[in-house]
Amino acid sequence: MERIPILKMGPYLLVTIQVDMHDRVAMMLQDELTERIVSERAQGVLLDISSVEVVDSFIGRMIGNIASMSRLLDAETVVVGMRPAVAITLVELGLALPTIKTALNVDAGMTLLKSSRKTSTNARASR
Amino acid sequence: MPVLRDELIGLRSMDDVIKARQLVRDCAIFQGLSLVDQTKLVTAASELARNTLIHGGGGEMRLQALNDGSRRGVKVMFVDTGPGIPDIELAMKDGYTTRGGLGLGLSGSKRLVNEFEIQSQPGKGTTVSIVRWK
Amino acid sequence: MGHNTQMADEIRLRQEEILKKWTSYQLAALTLRRDLLKESGLREESRRFLELFADAFADSADSAATSWKPVKDHLAEISRGRALQGFTPSETATFVFSLKQPLFDLAQQRAGSDEKRLAEMLWDLTMLLDKLGLYTTEIYQENREAVIRRQQQELMELSTPVVQLWDEVLALPLIGTLDSERTQVVMENLLQRVVETGARLAIIDITGVPTVDTLVAQHLMKTVAATRLMGADCIISGIRPQIAQTIVHLGVNLNDIITKATLADAFQVALQRLGASVVKAPQAN
Repeated sequence: MERIPILKMGPYLLVTIQVDMHDRVAMMLQDELTERIVSERAQGVLLDISSVEVVDSFIGRMIGNIASMSRLLDAETVVVGMRPAVAITLVELGLALPTIKTALNVDAGMTLLKSSRKTSTNARASR
Repeated sequence: MPVLRDELIGLRSMDDVIKARQLVRDCAIFQGLSLVDQTKLVTAASELARNTLIHGGGGEMRLQALNDGSRRGVKVMFVDTGPGIPDIELAMKDGYTTRGGLGLGLSGSKRLVNEFEIQSQPGKGTTVSIVRWK
Repeated sequence: MGHNTQMADEIRLRQEEILKKWTSYQLAALTLRRDLLKESGLREESRRFLELFADAFADSADSAATSWKPVKDHLAEISRGRALQGFTPSETATFVFSLKQPLFDLAQQRAGSDEKRLAEMLWDLTMLLDKLGLYTTEIYQENREAVIRRQQQELMELSTPVVQLWDEVLALPLIGTLDSERTQVVMENLLQRVVETGARLAIIDITGVPTVDTLVAQHLMKTVAATRLMGADCIISGIRPQIAQTIVHLGVNLNDIITKATLADAFQVALQRLGASVVKAPQAN
């Protein structure tokens, strides 16, 4: 059974999803990720789907779950590298994932995480 | 209608679903569908294959490469002998949900293909047929 | 069928005579465009047709029979040529219909005083030539439609240019209606450019979109949603007063997409979002 690797990149965790995920692999990923967010005190999660050719409602749900769970653990999630064909298909499918942050690649994703962290900390500090 | 290729694949496990996706993708490439159309078809097939497995208790997928004289396409049929869908109209409504969150994906899949047919009888099973033309 | 074989032989025998009459009718027909068609070419086409016609007629008077395929193929070729040259369907059909008179003359000669026989022959001939004439029109139509489809495709691709206004800012000036087919092309183009340029903002200008109804709004939303999934935000500009009214009256919800009246305003917003600004350089004295 393959496992999805979770890499630590500074204060963030990088998850690179390969093609054709098995249900059990997806479950394991969500478990492991939430644990690592806490244990590493991660400030953000980068979900790299640049190798994913097909995102159906199952994967879409998984992405949504990861984003929600991370948020609860005070880590923002950014989905990076979505392929144009996948984006068009998701929108047609009705799964536009409006509440999820996205970026073109890992670099852009990290920039986004950094700036969003700043604004949220400022917002909290000024209360 | 001339059928260039005709394959029957069992859908009894997640591995089968994954294999089925790849076969649909190969067929779409073989028929010369654009990348976006390939993705749409494979995504719809993925939804329906999962349905067959999870809601239908397992079943079969039939994959055909069509050649209608002037145009080429891919037809995929999903058959199961599961509990069936009691109210198809309701199931086809956007946002309809049974256990499992984002619903049966039927309405979404319909938008991804050119032709969509569904037949279901409670207690007998369900058959869904989709076609994507080049 | 004996009649037909005899008639066919007669046609072959009197080929030159028939050809002469036929081509003169074709040329005389007011609709014939002598500027577009060379007489020599016309004679060749007519001669070939007559030969094939005689062969097929010897076999059957029913144009649906397989023996008529060579005739139809020849007609299809002629029809295609005419369509490309810009002839009307009627002008193209004249080719077949003007053959009626010479053949009727021939039938009259053969039938002599046998009125019943003459009536039969005329009926057969007229049915046959009508069907063949209509066939040229069908082929003509098919060809025109193929040309139109090709042009539509080209037009769609030409009319959705994506312009890079700035580092990380793209502009998509939409001209014309936004139907679902066009939306697909637009989305593919735009997303491809986002990937190529690493753009973080896309300005979709709808000044050139004549009407915005619920469907058009849906297509716009789809485009914005797809672009967002690629990590780029969209700004819609070119909202004319009438469009603003229509949108409100229809109850269309553009969600929380930023909208601006002009592309210039949108560009300013884009720059702000990127933390950039345009500054006037100090005048060199």
